[in-house]
Amino acid sequence: MQNAGFVAADFYYILPEIVLTVGALVVLLIDLVFKDRDDLTFPASLVTLLGTVAVLFLFVGVDVTASRGLLAIDGFATIFKFLFLVAAVVTVLMSSAYLRVERVRAGEYYFLILTATLGMMFMASAVDLITLFIGLETMAVSFYILAGFLKPNQRSNEAAVKYYLLGAFSTGVLLYGMSLLYAVSGSTNLSEIAVAVDAQGSGGLAVLAAILIGAGMGFKVAAVPFHMWAPDVYEGAPTPITAYLSVGSKAAAFAMLLRIFVEGLSGIMPDWQVFFWWLAVLTMTVGNIAAITQSNIKRMLAYSSIAHSGYVLIGIVAGTSRGWTAAIVYLVIYAFMQLGAFAIVTMLRRRDVVGDELKDLSGLYSRSPVAAIAMLVFMLSLGGIPPTAGFMGKIWIFGAAIDQGFIALAIIGAVNSAISLFYYIRVVVFMWIKDEVMGSEITIEPAMATALGITLVGSILFGVYPEPIFEQAQAASAFLLP
Amino acid sequence: MPLLSLILFTPLVGAVILLFVNKHSKNAIRWIANAFAMLGFLVSVPLWFVYDTQNPGWQLVERHSWIPSIGAEYFLGVDGFSVLLILLATMTGVIAMLSSWTAITMRVKEYYIFLLMLQTGMIGAFVSLDFLLFFLFWEVMLVPMYFLIGIWGSDNRLYSAIKFFLFTLVGSVIMLLGILAVYFYNHQVTGVYTFDITQFHELNMPFDLQWWVFLAFFLGFAVKVPMFPFHTWLPDAHTDAPTAGSVILAAVLLKMGTYGFIRFSLPILPEATAHFVPMIVLLSIIGIVYGALVAMAQHDWKRLVAYSSVSHMGMVTLGLFALTPVGITGSIVQQLNHGISTGALFLLVGIVYERRHTREISEYGGLSKVMPVYAAVFLIMTMSSIGLPTLNGFIGEVLILQGVFVVNKVWAAFAATGIVLGAAYMLRLYQQTMFGEVTNPKNEKLADLNLREFCTFAPLLFLAVWIGLYPKPFLDRLETSVDHVMVRVNSDYTPRLAVLKGGTVVLDGDRGLDASPGPIRGGAR
Repeated sequence: MQNAGFVAADFYYILPEIVLTVGALVVLLIDLVFKDRDDLTFPASLVTLLGTVAVLFLFVGVDVTASRGLLAIDGFATIFKFLFLVAAVVTVLMSSAYLRVERVRAGEYYFLILTATLGMMFMASAVDLITLFIGLETMAVSFYILAGFLKPNQRSNEAAVKYYLLGAFSTGVLLYGMSLLYAVSGSTNLSEIAVAVDAQGSGGLAVLAAILIGAGMGFKVAAVPFHMWAPDVYEGAPTPITAYLSVGSKAAAFAMLLRIFVEGLSGIMPDWQVFFWWLAVLTMTVGNIAAITQSNIKRMLAYSSIAHSGYVLIGIVAGTSRGWTAAIVYLVIYAFMQLGAFAIVTMLRRRDVVGDELKDLSGLYSRSPVAAIAMLVFMLSLGGIPPTAGFMGKIWIFGAAIDQGFIALAIIGAVNSAISLFYYIRVVVFMWIKDEVMGSEITIEPAMATALGITLVGSILFGVYPEPIFEQAQAASAFLLP
Repeated sequence: MPLLSLILFTPLVGAVILLFVNKHSKNAIRWIANAFAMLGFLVSVPLWFVYDTQNPGWQLVERHSWIPSIGAEYFLGVDGFSVLLILLATMTGVIAMLSSWTAITMRVKEYYIFLLMLQTGMIGAFVSLDFLLFFLFWEVMLVPMYFLIGIWGSDNRLYSAIKFFLFTLVGSVIMLLGILAVYFYNHQVTGVYTFDITQFHELNMPFDLQWWVFLAFFLGFAVKVPMFPFHTWLPDAHTDAPTAGSVILAAVLLKMGTYGFIRFSLPILPEATAHFVPMIVLLSIIGIVYGALVAMAQHDWKRLVAYSSVSHMGMVTLGLFALTPVGITGSIVQQLNHGISTGALFLLVGIVYERRHTREISEYGGLSKVMPVYAAVFLIMTMSSIGLPTLNGFIGEVLILQGVFVVNKVWAAFAATGIVLGAAYMLRLYQQTMFGEVTNPKNEKLADLNLREFCTFAPLLFLAVWIGLYPKPFLDRLETSVDHVMVRVNSDYTPRLAVLKGGTVVLDGDRGLDASPGPIRGGAR
């Protein structure tokens, strides 16, 4: 198998990625031929994404290792790919009106969203350190550029530079950890690494490698103490990009983290459980407490997004199939509510209003009841109040911890989720109770309405009837078992 | 016919319909909301008659698959206790809607939508036999109540609303962890993932686990009751809430906590319950005396009533944790009484507040001369609150005292102190506001109760007298519920009904079951 080279089947198994790549190139070509035709690149990228979704349905239920053991085309990869694609669709839908208001030329904006998605898809299905790394870099480089896309805006530039420098640094740490793993096992393949690590047992080089990789991935998921870039980047980047960064990039990094730690490093699980236990506690607590003091919604959502990484880490600490399921369930549900919240912030951006300060939300209810009700749902869902989807995510997370006897962790998580309501509800206070401020009319364009519709339906429907997600996530996590 | 679902969703349907009504047609909104509250009450009335007092199982059971992958079900059912609380909730709903007709003039549409949503949340908590479903409704109540206080409340409304929200939320998330612990223990023992409460009632968990879970549940329920020292949100929330909010809060929401103790803590965790009795009794006694003393010191009419709630709810938990059948029965009756009398007292404050926009007791005086009907209603409700014989309060207090006395005479003595102090602050309030000359010229032209206002009191007056003179129908309905709890907390206890029925328990529907000789474990299943 090692020397078989690529066969036709390998191309078949990466068909979704191929469709996406071709589509992305077409979008780039359109931009090259017809300068600044947002009305062409926007539908082209939507069609590309939807086409990829359609092709992806061919691979539901498939479980093979393709490309000479580099890629696993399994349920785990597929559920994450669906997540990235839906998130990308929502992001694109949010973007067109926003770009017009910001008066930036769309150019390669859509192309970069597509390439970022491509990178994520490889991160979810790769089972080889090198392939994982290439996927990660494809995604990260696209985001470095996207974060600085508002060229005249200082904060956007700062975001891009900061993200790039800290991202490069974290990549270095990650690569160092990976090279140590290679030293331990003599392979970059996760299943071969697993065998070597199992043989070596606890302690030693593998643990150091795990910590370095954990730290590197900690940067990507914005876990405390590796979170410093997140608030500035989230605030400065174009809002739809912030949304995609906080949902897509985070989910992809968690997918990669699960692959490496569960499939490759399960032999030293007790060691990394301790590491992630502390990471989870710090991430939840610091994220939530810092979020309380924010007056800028994007910063607040940045810290809240950090806190949510902490909840997902609880699922990883649990170290069971129930834990992985919890992480997947939470990431899927989180995608809907977080994208929705950012969709509202994007919508508030008008020519005369920046719309990302809390006070810009004042009296939103009287100006646009639909937007205010939607935002209420997203905030309650992020806070984990039933009957919204966020609650169903929390059930899994806390359940996974309690099941394995991580009582302290569960209590810290539960108290944190109560604390988080303090700042989520403040958003609601501004929208529903404070008097309105002046500003031009809020219009909800069809594309934005679709984005809001998708996220709102997801946030409510999966709160009342979460069974489909639970089932799929349980099936997906079964593929992870070492 | 799925009666419970009908009762549960009628208010929600009303809320959804209101969403589509133009927000400027305020009277139409008021009519629709009141109509749905009344409809909700009317569909719940059959419960009183359909409920079979001779059947110790869960009745009117509805069971459907909901989230099979974690074993959660849409599982509804009632016993006598929940029947009474549901009726209390639907009746309070009607009263709350009716009392808001003129008091709420801004953002009318949202107001009634939130009230109706709250109604569904409360009923849902009382009918759920699935622990996850229960928790869902339990938390759903928070948001509408938050808005009711935060938007339509008085002075410090934002502070009070967030305090209410966060206190209850911290309690309930910890409770959720307790629920999950029971869920996983049940799976460990039976191999089945389920949130079925009737199944949990049959578990015999090890004491260590019970101990932890009891504390987790306790935090959730004690905040809601509220028990000392978790009561501090209550005076603020009550004082700043609009009248209807206070009425619902006092009459129904506080009962969630005691309902939780009776439905979950006692039967699921009997050994831990016995272990924690001294602590809870101590907190209850502190609550009784402290609540009463602080009530005495209040200048604010509404705050006084709020603190009296703390004292009265202390009585309720004391009677409950005496763990005697009489004490538990008294505790439940007293919960209804508290709903009736304190609900009415908040309505009464609301009426003068709507006319004068002040709650300072010193602003009033001699009102019995200008508002004779009001004064008469107030008098009856004061007497009901302090437990005058022939009114409802007396029945509850006597039962509680009797139930507590056989266990510990000192506890009973403290409980009696609470009654004496209760008389002191209530009579003082009555005297200062109603008797004497009208000293404040602003009070000279106050209008007496109009027909609509009187209608809000009529059912409460009727119930106060009914329970006071002939409580038997209520006690009959509680018998099996109390037995159900007693057989779990006291293994020597022989339920009255099982003897009567010769050991055969017949469930509602066709799922018959032969009970093994001896005490019935858990009722259904």
